[in-house]
Amino acid sequence: MVWILISLVVAALFAPLVTRLAGRSCGRVLALVPAAACAWFATRIPAVAAGERLVEPVAWAPSLGVSADLALDGLSLVFALLVTGIGALTMVYARGYIGNDPRLGRLNATLLVFMTAMLGLVLSDDLVTAFVFWELTSVSSYLLVGYDHANPKARAAALQALLITGAGGLCLLCGVILIGSVGGTYSVAELVASGDVLRESSLYLPILLLVLGGCFTKSAQLPFHFWLPGAMAAPTPVSAYLHSATMVKAGVYLLARLSPALGGTDEWLALLVSFGAATMVYSAVVAFFQTDMKRILAYTSVSALGTLVMLLGIGTADAAAAATAYLIVHALYKCALFHVAGIVDHECGTRDVDRLGRLSRAMPITCVAACLAVLSMAGLPPFLGASAKSLVGHAEHALHMGPVEWAAMLTVLMTFAVGALLVWRTFFGRRDGEDLPKHPHEAPIDLWFSPLLLGSLGLVLGFFWGPLAHHLLEPAAAAIAPGVAPELHVHATAGAYALKAALAAVGLALYVKRRPVVRALRLWSVLAWFGPERFYDRGLVAIEWVARAVTRRLQSGSLRTYLAIVLASTMVLAGYPLLKNGVPLPPSGSFDIRVHEAAIVLAMVLATVFVMATSSRLAAIAALGIVGAGMSVTFLFFGAPDLAKTQLAIETLSVLLFLFILYRLPPLRQLSTRLQVWRDVVLSITVGGFFALLVWGLTSVDGASRLSPFFAENSLALGKGHNVVNVILVDFRGIDTMGEITVLAVAALGVLGLMRVHVRERSAS
Amino acid sequence: MESWLAIVVGFMYAAGFFMLLRRSLMKVIIGLSIFTHGANLLLFTAGNVTRVGDGVQLPIVPHGAAALTGAYADPLPQALVLTAIVISFGIQAFALVLVRRAYQAVGSDDLDRMTSTDTEEGALLHELPRRRGSVRGFLPWRRTRAA
Repeated sequence: MVWILISLVVAALFAPLVTRLAGRSCGRVLALVPAAACAWFATRIPAVAAGERLVEPVAWAPSLGVSADLALDGLSLVFALLVTGIGALTMVYARGYIGNDPRLGRLNATLLVFMTAMLGLVLSDDLVTAFVFWELTSVSSYLLVGYDHANPKARAAALQALLITGAGGLCLLCGVILIGSVGGTYSVAELVASGDVLRESSLYLPILLLVLGGCFTKSAQLPFHFWLPGAMAAPTPVSAYLHSATMVKAGVYLLARLSPALGGTDEWLALLVSFGAATMVYSAVVAFFQTDMKRILAYTSVSALGTLVMLLGIGTADAAAAATAYLIVHALYKCALFHVAGIVDHECGTRDVDRLGRLSRAMPITCVAACLAVLSMAGLPPFLGASAKSLVGHAEHALHMGPVEWAAMLTVLMTFAVGALLVWRTFFGRRDGEDLPKHPHEAPIDLWFSPLLLGSLGLVLGFFWGPLAHHLLEPAAAAIAPGVAPELHVHATAGAYALKAALAAVGLALYVKRRPVVRALRLWSVLAWFGPERFYDRGLVAIEWVARAVTRRLQSGSLRTYLAIVLASTMVLAGYPLLKNGVPLPPSGSFDIRVHEAAIVLAMVLATVFVMATSSRLAAIAALGIVGAGMSVTFLFFGAPDLAKTQLAIETLSVLLFLFILYRLPPLRQLSTRLQVWRDVVLSITVGGFFALLVWGLTSVDGASRLSPFFAENSLALGKGHNVVNVILVDFRGIDTMGEITVLAVAALGVLGLMRVHVRERSAS
Repeated sequence: MESWLAIVVGFMYAAGFFMLLRRSLMKVIIGLSIFTHGANLLLFTAGNVTRVGDGVQLPIVPHGAAALTGAYADPLPQALVLTAIVISFGIQAFALVLVRRAYQAVGSDDLDRMTSTDTEEGALLHELPRRRGSVRGFLPWRRTRAA
């Protein structure tokens, strides 16, 4: 499995090159990699169905308890098949859809990176590794949504998706860390095996909320759902792959994965079922009011995600199997429908359902694919959708909760209405006179191939329900809700059929009366003003406002402001611990001074005073040199010959440098008013007094370093040097010195750069 | 002796800070230099300062000995200060060239008149008011504005 991930990364690296070389067939060439991966995963089906759990240990950071172990069980296998299978179809479709755009290479590469991340997420056994892949899917999604980067709307949508899933990612990270500290391991398998450790911990509720924060944002649950319709700014292949079939299901995946360790409690049931059911019914209704095919599909995807979250909340083995079945069915038909929407957009120039109609004659193959997909979506037998929906219905019914059943029925009803709107209206409906931007005609094979295949799969798999249930659903359900075998035999009663027929009739009636219904409910759109999206927009504006205000205050461009902030913070932060136990007094006997020391100190002080007072540049530089030399001598008196030497050398260089620059600068001028001078005198004395106190405080404690004896002992033994200071610099703390050299090099480059600017300007003039 | 050094440190900080607050760019650079000396001396003094002689040796392992034993000047603050000296030189050199370049571009050595980065004529052509006893510009975080 590691090799699959590696080969996908390699494919991503070479994707731009392949795209350029292979031209028209680049999609088909690149699709070979995920297709091969899909085939490999398919060969593992029998082993996994037999109850095996394939593990590939990969060491990452064993000292931190973090591994990159990969594991393949029933749940991972279903996701892996979807990610690689639909991924391969997406690569083909993307070439057909994007055409000969020069950015296609980048798109292909990013898609493959995303594929790697998603596959890594569903295969990793370790939560930390899974989190890394999780974030990688967010980042690649950002790049893919913002593919059309010249379009400000696409950029805003990409940022919105990134910010919301990123915020959720932070929640998830906190949750993962809490899980690790409570459960003592990051390995999912071990967490599941440890039973009730997490559920009985006092931190259970915070953990649950944090994990749900991550999963709900990623899987677009209310109230975070709005980023998903926004993300439809992405090119259609991306929407189909990321925002319907795979990435948005990452949250569902993680919930399913953690359900044996976290699930089964009242909180779990209440939160997941309520949020899931609310999302399911709300989005199903909202979808009906959209006219953009992609937005309709986006809202139905959100609705499906809500259904999945609700099923995981129910948490029984039956519900787990129903969730898996629905997951597969949804991925097949929704991806096909997205691809159909892309074809319609591509060939007609619009995807507004109100402008489309009567396309069945112009694009028959696409029409067949769309019909296959939508019938599976509606859950009509013998399509796979029928069996899946029947399982879902049973699981909901078993919950014995009135509101949930009502919500489920309303959702089914709306599904019929939306399905009719999507396919009947587009392909068979009346076109309102108006001409389409393009003359509709059938799409090339690259485009219709994948929706036709996916749609047919929905039909064919419907006939192989038994093997499918045994080979995929049972193992996956066993990973989500271990211990109990799910009831997978679909037995539809006449009552169920009658109910479904009634719902279908109402749904279709709703479709027929769509215009009046939409008009009657238009007032509801006022509600959008109070919706979470507005909250997001306002929040963004507020954050920018605060950032701008803070920047304006802190980064005023005035040196004095910077100094004031830095020194005030230093004085407050260091002053509190310093003065907590009273003003530090100079240690006794620390005022002894010898004549030569007094002379040097006095010389330094006088020179400094002179520097401040003089208006002659040359005199100031000379006096500065005296201060530096005084420093050097002080170092020498107190046992630091290396410091003395360095200081002297540096001081000489400094004086030379000052002299070079000196006559290119104006003379020293007195610019401040007298009041300003006095203000600065007072401030300076405060600062100076504080630092003198600080040094007193520091010297009155036992300043003997606990590190120094180590250096003294080991300088010769380990560092092979007699001069301890030098050994510290080049050996024990060599990396510090490395940083120091880097600073010098950067400063030198800066100096050079500034000088060159000057030279160029002069030669230009 | 530490206490005397502490007073010198405080004095250096005060002098450096005062110079950093000047409006003349040249004085700011000088202030930076003094400030640096103060900081280096602070680091040096904060680790125990000891006079060499009186049984205290330099932090150098004598020939023939395997390790430094007995009383010795603390090598660790010395190493830190040494790094600081070199880095401060780099900063000073960069600051000097930057100031020289800024003066060239803006045509003024008055910090309060450098309101823009790249306008040569924007280097405020009118003279700032310099009335004696003016309260304008008293608050340190307010830049003096042209009238």
